[in-house]
Formats: sequence, C-alpha cells, structure tokens
Amino acid sequence: MTTLQSAVMIGLAVLATQLTRWIPFLLFRRKTPPVIAYLGSVLPSAIWGMLVIYCFRNGTLVAGSNGMPEILASAVTVGLQAWKRNLAISIAGGTLCYMALVQLFFPISG
Amino acid sequence: MTDHPVATSAKAAFRSTLPILVGFGFCGFSYGLYMHSLGFEPVFPILMALTIFAGSLEFIMASMITGAFAPLTAFVVGLVVNARHLFYGIAMLDRYRDTGALKPYLIYGLIDETFSILGMGRVPAGADRRWYYFFVTLFNEAYWVLSTAVGAMFGEDMPFDTRGIEFVMPALFLAIFVSSWQQERQHVGSLGGLGITLGCLLAFGTSHFLLAAMVFIVLLLLLFRKKLSTMTGEKA
Repeated sequence: MTTLQSAVMIGLAVLATQLTRWIPFLLFRRKTPPVIAYLGSVLPSAIWGMLVIYCFRNGTLVAGSNGMPEILASAVTVGLQAWKRNLAISIAGGTLCYMALVQLFFPISG
Repeated sequence: MTDHPVATSAKAAFRSTLPILVGFGFCGFSYGLYMHSLGFEPVFPILMALTIFAGSLEFIMASMITGAFAPLTAFVVGLVVNARHLFYGIAMLDRYRDTGALKPYLIYGLIDETFSILGMGRVPAGADRRWYYFFVTLFNEAYWVLSTAVGAMFGEDMPFDTRGIEFVMPALFLAIFVSSWQQERQHVGSLGGLGITLGCLLAFGTSHFLLAAMVFIVLLLLLFRKKLSTMTGEKA
C-alpha cells in the first residue's frame, strides 16, 4: 500500500470516529427532546455495566488459569470500592493485585 | 492569594485523570511499540493517536494498513467499533450545551476515559465546570499521544516489568460501576447494562456483541421509561 492509500484509510477511520462523537450534538442542536434527555440521564449506569463486560470480552490473559487473576483482582477492586468508596484506592489496589498475581503466581511468558 | 478558577480546574482535572495517566501510559506505550514492530516510523502512530484518537480502532487500523487498500472497510469498521460513543454524546448533550468555544474540542475528544470521568457528573469543588471538562479532555489526549510517542521511539529498551498493569482500565470501569451502584436508588440500568452486554457477548461473540447490546439497552431503558422517570426524577 502507498503512503497516500494508508492516509486515505486512516482519514476515513477518523471521519467515522468523529461522526460517532458529533451525531448526537448535530441532531439535537436546539433542544434535547424529552425521550433523549431521559436516555441521557439513565444511560450512564447502563454504560458502566456495558464497559465492564467490554473490558473482559477476551477472557483471561493467562492460559490455563481459568481467569483466576482477573476474578481475584476484580473482587479486590469491587471490595475496596464498597469499603472505602474511593476510586483511586480501588483502581490502584485492583491493579497492583493483578500485577502481583500475573508476575508472581500465574506467570505469562513474555 | 486564592487560585484562579482556571488553575483550580486544571489541578482538579489532573487529580481526576491520574488513573488514566497510568492506563494510557501503558496502552499508548504498547500501541507505539506495536506500530514500531510493524515497521512504521514514529510519525505514523503519533499522527494516528492525534487524529483517530480511539485506542482500539488505532490497533485495528495498524493491522489494516499493513494489508490491502480497503477504504470502505476502514470507514465501516470505524463506525461499528466506536458506535458506543453515540451514547456518550447523548449523555453529555445538556452538560456540553453551554460550553461555547470549548465545545468542538470537547466533542472531538469524547473518548471512553474522558466520559468515564465526566459522565459521573461530579465537578470538584472550586473548579469551573467548563474548564474542568476541557482540561480532563486535554490531559487524557496528552497522556495518550505522549505515551504513544515514547513507545514508538524508545519502546524497545524499557527496564522494568509492567506485566499486568493493563488491568488499570478494567479496574477503572469496575470501580466506577460500583460507585454508580452505591449512589443510585434502583439498579435497572446497571443490571441491564451488565446483563444484556454479557448475554450479547455469549450469543454474538466478541466482534459483534457491542452493537446488539446497545440496541437492547436502549429498548430496555425505553420500556422502563415511566417507572424510571418517576423513580429518579433527577439527572443521573
């Protein structure tokens, strides 16, 4: 592929991405219709659930672990958030736990 | 002397985006390194990080531009992979309405991680709402582009063991999910989003589940409109 062809493909990917971000704002410029305002207020909770599944869509990183590192680190994250109600603590705790698990107990090659 | 509201907003935005700095530090770095391994000059991943500015699509495009010229595929894949951004726009419609000259930039940069911070609807005390939105968007973009550049240029000689640090993104969304759960009076949306997406993943597989899930989530929320409108009666 020539550099120009690569640039065209990247340009179209940029256009598509920007469309997904601009469409709601272009469609509802003046006033937000009540049903859209309703969706805007209730969607976030559903989006968080959707993104959690999205993050875990590929299952586990570590073959043969049955997803144990993911399950344990998720439990730590959820537990810390339920207990301390502090996002930074939950995120740092869950991530450090996961790093320790995959580096020490469930080693992945490379 | 008290701080200027713009400076206060910038500081607050930096604190809020710290987890993103860690996550992007890793993801952008891996993306730059990946592009380097495919044989691209650093300018390619850096420009792609700036213009596409959507992590998963950048990885997909990296492999696509090493293959055959397929402009229509690039466009359709871009739409499908990033269709979830439509939801972020709908959720931020009213909050971005009065942002004036900052608005085009805020819309351009409305990525998952920026929405994850601004979608919660909390603006730190003392910060100006509009400048806070701006700095969160700007910092996230800066983390992404800079870490991509570092990965593309110096990725091969990093000394420390970072395996597992990518869990920071799932951890971020999990923690936000729980935090949102703790604040709501009913859990129709949370459970619906989780259950429907999981069901669609099992039914349609990893490459098609997200669009199906989005359709079913909207249908579910519309079905419960009467009930949820009276129960919440406020902005989520």
